[in-house]
Amino acid sequence: MPRRKKSDIAVSHQEFHHKDTPAARADEELRISIDDSARTPTMFYFVSAVAWLLIGSLFGVMTSLKFNLPDWLGGSALWTFGRIRPAHLNTIMYGWASLAGAGMIVWLTARLCRAPLQLGWLHYLAAIFWNAGVLAGTVAIFTGYSQGLEWLEFPTFAGALIATGFLLFAASIVQTFRKRNVEHLYVSLWYIMASLLWFPFLYVVANLGIYQGVVQAAMNWWYGHNALATWFTPIGLAGAYYFIPKVIGRPIYSYYLGLLGFWAFALFYNWNGIHHLVGGPLPTWLVTISIVASVMMVVPVMAVAVNHHLTTVNHFRMLRYSPTLRFVVVGSMCYTAVSFQGSLEAIRSFQEVAHFTHYTVGHAHLGVYGFLSMILFGAMYYIVPRLAKWEWPYPRLIKVHFWSASIGILLYVVALTIGGWLQGLAMNDPATPFIEVVNLTKPYLWARSIGGTLMLIGHCVFAYQFFLVIKRAGPRRFAPALFREPAPLKASREGGTTS
Amino acid sequence: MMFVRTFIFFLGVLATVFLGWAALVGVPDAMISEVKPPPGLQRYTDEQLFGRSIYIREGCLYCHSQQVRPEGFGSDQARFWGRPSVPGDFVFDKPHLLGTMRTGPDLINIAVRQPSEDWHLTHLYNPRIVVPGSLMPPFPWLFEEKVSAGPQDRILALPDSIAPKGKVVVATREGLALTAYLLSLDRSYAVSQGKVDTARGR
Repeated sequence: MPRRKKSDIAVSHQEFHHKDTPAARADEELRISIDDSARTPTMFYFVSAVAWLLIGSLFGVMTSLKFNLPDWLGGSALWTFGRIRPAHLNTIMYGWASLAGAGMIVWLTARLCRAPLQLGWLHYLAAIFWNAGVLAGTVAIFTGYSQGLEWLEFPTFAGALIATGFLLFAASIVQTFRKRNVEHLYVSLWYIMASLLWFPFLYVVANLGIYQGVVQAAMNWWYGHNALATWFTPIGLAGAYYFIPKVIGRPIYSYYLGLLGFWAFALFYNWNGIHHLVGGPLPTWLVTISIVASVMMVVPVMAVAVNHHLTTVNHFRMLRYSPTLRFVVVGSMCYTAVSFQGSLEAIRSFQEVAHFTHYTVGHAHLGVYGFLSMILFGAMYYIVPRLAKWEWPYPRLIKVHFWSASIGILLYVVALTIGGWLQGLAMNDPATPFIEVVNLTKPYLWARSIGGTLMLIGHCVFAYQFFLVIKRAGPRRFAPALFREPAPLKASREGGTTS
Repeated sequence: MMFVRTFIFFLGVLATVFLGWAALVGVPDAMISEVKPPPGLQRYTDEQLFGRSIYIREGCLYCHSQQVRPEGFGSDQARFWGRPSVPGDFVFDKPHLLGTMRTGPDLINIAVRQPSEDWHLTHLYNPRIVVPGSLMPPFPWLFEEKVSAGPQDRILALPDSIAPKGKVVVATREGLALTAYLLSLDRSYAVSQGKVDTARGR
């Protein structure tokens, strides 16, 4: 078993022990001052993220209902399927997930560098640019100015606003990193710092518009998959690596597994994108490279899964108490599941059935919702009360959020996995007329709408309570909002707000 | 020491993303940008390009692919959707519309399977008139209702249950352009496979 270096335990349990020594008191004061420096920027990102979450998931449910009732709002050009669908994807990815991730990164970087946030004012500009970009891009999609490339629908000017926002955001994070007061960098920080280099390169190259024909298709899916590889997955993994050990109060199981996981991730994930074009008019070697890299993703995924599992093992009981831990652990499990599914899905014989079907849509949602969004929810349940200095007033509503989100995504993924697979099999049987393939999927598409509605309900509950915390409304709590009181003498590690 | 390690970290991080770009985009670009348009491939006319922009605006690409898979990979060949696509088929396409979803059928040879302009116009006005059970959205804003049609107007022949009372439905410039684009989707000309290997079979 690899030895743990004490200095690598950036996520320490100091926060919960030895509260009476002078060193611990100084430590706590440092944390409070760090939180203070990150407060307004982080909350600024979070507030806009929650707004985009509501808007984006409403678009999602509408998109899904369009499959069930194709003539619903059929006379309205604005609300036609082909415009709400990209509006859903873009508001969720660039609005909700990116901005919630940015908020988490701001707070996490300051904490992990043990330094107050530097150039914090840049984040106001960054958030304004970013939000303006997402808003302008969404309006452009609705009014018919989409670029027509999946994941890159926003016109160049909206992309430029987002890129500017990202660079301003990154400048402050890099400056904070330079002022760090730690010797060793914790795993979460590797993912964060890497994504700050990766994502702008990716986003700018993809938006240059210098390709056409099948090369543009290759560029499109190099970007589409790498948006996950270089930005969204690093956010999720940085969160999982931080919050699991933090809440449980033990160090991460293995630093070396973390290292292996990170570099294997960096090497293989980048090469995955062209598996979206299996069977397409591209050179075989190109598709094959991506398939091989997709299968190789088993290495970093195993490393992360084993590391997190062995950190959590013997502490699963805490999932009964801690909202943060419950969301983050479910998110991590979904990461493992969706990644293995992805490796399998890239293989040609599997693609022959699953490609061009709803199966892929189920897979995408397991990733972005089951993994990324669940971890972001968990992170926000942890961070928000510390910054707002107001606990979540109603633990019951957290429970409602958790279960409606979990049941919703489960129903969503199961329905589309089965429905999509059957769709693929039927499509590959030339004796089945195409319209019968369509008819076959209809019950599953209804089930998807129900799952999506459950998720939307969860988001409304979450947003309501988030709004209460910001307003400091509802019953005031002086202890952390837990699902239930832990057994005596087994105090939960989820500390309360600064008191 | 710390500085060196951080430097190596960032260098490694940059190298990985750059290698990925070079392999997946840079090299294919160098290979494929030399591809000549096949002799049978026509450039899009202005009207077809305008129709193509409507196709993008209405998000047709989210349900219809534009690529045919080879024999032995899916049923594209058995469904007579056309010969396997080659890079040359797409040299005039910007943005590309290869697509990743087949909620509806592939369209790269739709003009071969369904050459009727009337059928396409009616189908766009409301798909369920000609394909009962279809999930496709209707696009009535590509048409307008008139009390009486002008000499140039393209009137839709609609069933009585759908047709507005006392009015005729005529295609707008947008509706006609989109149909013109769909009727340009014919990649059935012969191609030589050339030196660029296409993704054939397993």
